[in-house]
Amino acid sequence: MKGKAPEESSLLALNQQEEVVDLLKDYPLSASEDEEDNDGERKHQKLLETIGRLDGKNRQRLAERSEASLQVSEFSVSTEGTGEKLELAELLAPIKPSSSLGTVKKRLKKVKNKKTVELPLSKEENERIHREAAYNKTSQDMDKWDPVVLKNRRAAQLVFPLEQEQVLDAPIEEVLGAWKARTPLEQEIFNLLHKNKQPLTDPLLTPVEKASLKAMSLEEAKQRRAELQKARALQSYYEAKARRQKKIKSKKFHKVLKKRKAKEVLKQFEKLQKVNPTAALEELEKMEKARMEERMSLKHQNSGKWAKSKAIMAKYDLEARKAMQEQLTKNKELTQKLQVPSDSEHDEDAEEDSTLIPDIVNEVQMSIDGPNPWMQKNRGINTQASHIQKKPVAGEESEPEEEEKAGAEEDALLQEVEERRSLWKGSEVNQGSQKQGLRTKAPKRTEEDKEVLAELRTLSKHINKKAKKVRQVGKQHVSPAPAAPKEPSVQREEQSLLDERPERVQTMEDIESLGMEEVSQEQKQLRPGAERRRQRRQQHNHPEQRSPPKVKQEPMIDLHTIITVKTHKANSSLSFPTIVDEEDCDEEVTQKQIIKEAFAGDDVIADFQKEKCEADKASKPKDIDLSLPGWGQWGGPGLVISARKRRRFLIKAPKATPRKDKCLPNVVISEKRNIQAAAHQVNVLPFPFTHQYQFEETIKTPVGTTWNTQRAFQKLTAPRVVTKPGHIIEPIKEKDVESSSSHLGPPTLQRKAQQHAHHRRRRLKKAP
Amino acid sequence: MEAAPKPGSGARVKAQGKKQKPRRYWEGETDGASSLSSNSFTTPAPPRGTKRKGEDLLQPRGAKVPKRSKQIQALKSNQNQKHLRSKQNQNHLRLKKDLRPNHKQELRPSGTLSGAQDPFPGPAPVSENAVNKFRRGSSKFVKKHHLKLVTEHKLKAAADEEEETSVRAARAELLLSEEPGFLEGEDGEDTATIRQSDIVEAVDISSAAKHFDLNLYQFGPYRLNYSRTGRHLALGGRRGHVATFDWITKKLMCEINVMEAVRDIRFLHSETLFAVAQKRWLHVYDNQGIELHCVRRCDRITRLEFLPFHFLLATASETGFLTYLDVSVGKIVASLTARAGRLDVMTQNPHNAVIHLGHSNGTVSLWCPAMKEPLVKILCHRGGVRAVAVDSSGTYMATSGLDHQVKIFDLRGKYQPLTSRALPQGAGHLAFSQRGLLAGGMGDVVNIWRGQGQGSFPSFDQPYLTHRLRGHVHGLQFCPFEDVLGAGHSRGFTSILVPGAGEPNFDGLQSNPYRSRKQRQEWEVKALMEKIPAELIDLDPRNLGEIDVISLEQKKKERIERLGFDPEAKALFQPKQKKKGRSSAANLVKRKTKVKDQEHREKVRQSLQQHQEQQQKKKKKLRTPPSPGSRPSALDRFKR
Repeated sequence: MKGKAPEESSLLALNQQEEVVDLLKDYPLSASEDEEDNDGERKHQKLLETIGRLDGKNRQRLAERSEASLQVSEFSVSTEGTGEKLELAELLAPIKPSSSLGTVKKRLKKVKNKKTVELPLSKEENERIHREAAYNKTSQDMDKWDPVVLKNRRAAQLVFPLEQEQVLDAPIEEVLGAWKARTPLEQEIFNLLHKNKQPLTDPLLTPVEKASLKAMSLEEAKQRRAELQKARALQSYYEAKARRQKKIKSKKFHKVLKKRKAKEVLKQFEKLQKVNPTAALEELEKMEKARMEERMSLKHQNSGKWAKSKAIMAKYDLEARKAMQEQLTKNKELTQKLQVPSDSEHDEDAEEDSTLIPDIVNEVQMSIDGPNPWMQKNRGINTQASHIQKKPVAGEESEPEEEEKAGAEEDALLQEVEERRSLWKGSEVNQGSQKQGLRTKAPKRTEEDKEVLAELRTLSKHINKKAKKVRQVGKQHVSPAPAAPKEPSVQREEQSLLDERPERVQTMEDIESLGMEEVSQEQKQLRPGAERRRQRRQQHNHPEQRSPPKVKQEPMIDLHTIITVKTHKANSSLSFPTIVDEEDCDEEVTQKQIIKEAFAGDDVIADFQKEKCEADKASKPKDIDLSLPGWGQWGGPGLVISARKRRRFLIKAPKATPRKDKCLPNVVISEKRNIQAAAHQVNVLPFPFTHQYQFEETIKTPVGTTWNTQRAFQKLTAPRVVTKPGHIIEPIKEKDVESSSSHLGPPTLQRKAQQHAHHRRRRLKKAP
Repeated sequence: MEAAPKPGSGARVKAQGKKQKPRRYWEGETDGASSLSSNSFTTPAPPRGTKRKGEDLLQPRGAKVPKRSKQIQALKSNQNQKHLRSKQNQNHLRLKKDLRPNHKQELRPSGTLSGAQDPFPGPAPVSENAVNKFRRGSSKFVKKHHLKLVTEHKLKAAADEEEETSVRAARAELLLSEEPGFLEGEDGEDTATIRQSDIVEAVDISSAAKHFDLNLYQFGPYRLNYSRTGRHLALGGRRGHVATFDWITKKLMCEINVMEAVRDIRFLHSETLFAVAQKRWLHVYDNQGIELHCVRRCDRITRLEFLPFHFLLATASETGFLTYLDVSVGKIVASLTARAGRLDVMTQNPHNAVIHLGHSNGTVSLWCPAMKEPLVKILCHRGGVRAVAVDSSGTYMATSGLDHQVKIFDLRGKYQPLTSRALPQGAGHLAFSQRGLLAGGMGDVVNIWRGQGQGSFPSFDQPYLTHRLRGHVHGLQFCPFEDVLGAGHSRGFTSILVPGAGEPNFDGLQSNPYRSRKQRQEWEVKALMEKIPAELIDLDPRNLGEIDVISLEQKKKERIERLGFDPEAKALFQPKQKKKGRSSAANLVKRKTKVKDQEHREKVRQSLQQHQEQQQKKKKKLRTPPSPGSRPSALDRFKR
């Protein structure tokens, strides 16, 4: 039964759409079923429906379905609400609320709140949008190249690779002016320079130096050069010698050398003791210190590599044992405290002081006490070095120490040479040179030995420390000082930038003004006034000779006047030949000439006029007569084409342009074109020009060397693109573009580029 | 006027040049008047060779206006704006004058290592006149409306280029060290009365040696030709005597007798070759007198002309033919019939290489090889034309005819006579010097006329110099780069000193009188490479720099025909399609007319504006001169 119900309803639905006749037909089918109770009702209903339909409109009345009734007929399930959508709320409403259902409800609500997804766009539309977006993005990316591209296109010459190392062609002053001390060492040097009142930037020379520079004559300079050469040679000899000696492996040799040196030192010391006891004392002090130093270094103990190896060998080798012994004795000797014969308490105090206070201070004190040749010399060198670093050429002349001993001078020279070399080497300019100076100093001395070396080492240390101190002190002093000279330079730069801008901006005005000026110049050049004046003067001279406009009216008469120009009277008797001797001349020719002379006159002019008329006629374009004899008319000999017909078939030629010689009665100028020459002329208007004169303007100036100076020629024929051989030409990078576009200069150019880009974008926008 | 000039009156021969010409190797000791033969130069085309050598010296290397001073200026100025403007102007000027493209140099401080300041900063100033001389004419182009940026850029670049090159050339003029001299009579004295013997006495020995006389009475009247460098001379006697020699050292190169009548003789591009017009044919000889060619296609030649830049030998024949022979390839380029009978008067215009022929009907015709008919025909004389000469700048033409007249014509488009003079016997021969002196040979007398100033035509009022020869004149030519006039006559040859005739400065790369053999060979190759095609000869040599408008338009027309429409024409207004009935026929018409009217209105407005401007200009013109009706009154001075 129940299974049949939908079938029935569907059938019913079908039935309802059918005609009344069919319904009546159906009736027996349904009647065959066994429900008699509802039959009456149903029949009634049907009847009502059919009646209702009779009114013309095919109204459908759905059968009411009342499920709630006790008797549910499976046939009369109403289809009410078929068009409506099923709503969740309706479904859920009858269910009793429970905890488990709450969540479900909520979820369902959420689902309900969500809007329906819109239909996806069509493929074409989708693609178009993508294209547009991609285009916009790329065009934006590309825009930033525009100024660079424009600039490169405009450039008179491009040199590849585009970024080149800046060649330093600026004068030294400018370089130094732009240079700032950055590293602490540099700053320190600057401080020192400031302290010594040395000039930092231009004119780079102190007044004294300037004077000395001026004072130096050619001979002096030559002498100086010779000296320098000598010093260089000496140094190289010395270096060679040292190198050779260094290479000698013979221990005996070295031992002898050492001994000799030690002897010499001793001798000198003794001498010094006799001559200058205080100095000797100091010398001793030094020695002592060196000893101390060595002692501290733990050099002669058994801890060294050599000592260890010897200790192993000592068992078997007698010599090794001896060596060890020697070393031990040496060690003892060194470690022993040396007893210095103290002269006074003051000295002792000094001793004590030296033990208490670090040796640097000690040194200074000593130098205050008396002249310490070692110290002083070194310090002198140091300052010298600083001078030289700053200004190699001028440094020496101003030095007052020049007038010292020859040996000292040589020393200084050597020093200087070394300094210069170090300067060349570059990077480790300051400290390196200091040390090097000291090192070179060391080998130069003849009384050099280990003690001395050690001594020097300490000295160098001491100087370094001192320098540090100075640096710390000087920072406060000097920091404002360099700022002062820097400021103007900065200002200057700014000034230049300011100055530069208008120059670039005013391109347009520039062109105009240039054009104006040129025009005015040309006018001056032509001097029409002067020309006119001259003409007037001529007219004064020859009143018969009329000006061209008048000639136009009556050229024939004028021709005569032109031919017979007023003649001058001869006044120089000498200018005329006295003898007329014609025997040598060509007989026939002279004969002809005489005849011609006799008949000379009007026929010449008439001939010419005729000729001119002919030429005029020939140059005029002719009418074309297309009338055919006998066409639409009788033709034949003696019959003429009617005037009407001729007029009708005549193609009139265009009016000829006025001849060049129209106003010139005595001249016939050919109107024909020189085709052969025209073949060599340009017959297309090249791209950016819109008028022939514009183009002619650009090819006006000849390029060859015949018309130009060599320089101008080279400039005119410079290639547009130059590639340096051996260099890699890399494509422009983005960062370069950004930087170059910023200093592109003329804003008009940039604007134009932007406009260009914009325009392009717009144009392309239309395309997709 | 003195009856007989005293010997050694050196004061008359005034040497204008301050600088003396460097002594040449053959010259002896020179005295103060040595610069008689050295003369100057102010013509528009300076010798290029000398210019090139020293130009680098002229380029100033110093920095520009010191920046510091500018700064000070800026600080000083109270009215900042005003000052800024003036400074801009300064920049502007400098930009124009500055030759160097490197702006970096400008930013350089002017201080040197020694701290000294340049007392004359920047490049040396050049006078505007000197620069104008080297400019290439005014621009015909007048800027009416806004141009494309590219076009403007190109035009500006071209203008800058011209400016720069002309300034450079003007600077290089400094190197033209020689100046011309001339004869000047003592108060009111006629220079024509000064005889050659006086001049020879006054001048230095080397210049005096340039006056000489060759007594060659046997072989009839002589034609002559100087080589382009002015060093060599070719003589051709009517009765077959042909000789070439270095006339300064008098060293003979060759001397032959061709055993035939010689009508004319001419050097080809260098002194190693010369052409002789003999009785029947044209012959070419080398410097040893060996006959190289016999050109039979040129027969009965009467006159020869050589066009050095085109390597063309123009020949005029008795039969009335003007034949151009290309001597570099040995081909006859063109053979033109003048249709005017025998041709025996011919000259060339050195400016544009046009050949001038004088005819017996009193006309002078101008020819170029590309045209079958004369470019211009000028009626000059009532009788036949006897002689024609054109000056070196191509501005003036001197003619003399059988009517005993000598006339000077302007060749710059008008072809009108400027001056004329009747001579008792008429001039049979005429010759222009490099500096514009005109020599005329009348019978046995040679007259030389001079203009008032440089670049003006000679005036016939008073001869500058006269000289009587021993025979009748048969050939006249001024020697290039020398103050010498060569005259061939029936009894030989005379070299006459004419102060101020020649160009004092020569172009070492173009025509160097002192060139060695090697240099000559090099020059020969270069000249051949730079040979100008014969077709390019035209009245205006600048035509080549112009666009061929006729073929341009022709091309345009053809293109339009081919395409069926004009691609460059402005598109017609096409009203847009609109909806909702707004694109009805009436609406369309309305919109169309609207646009049309707008355009029309614009045109009218423009024309009105122009008209107004013109009227204002007229008014201004009228206003500026005081009206003739009102007389100036004494009370005018109180007018405001």
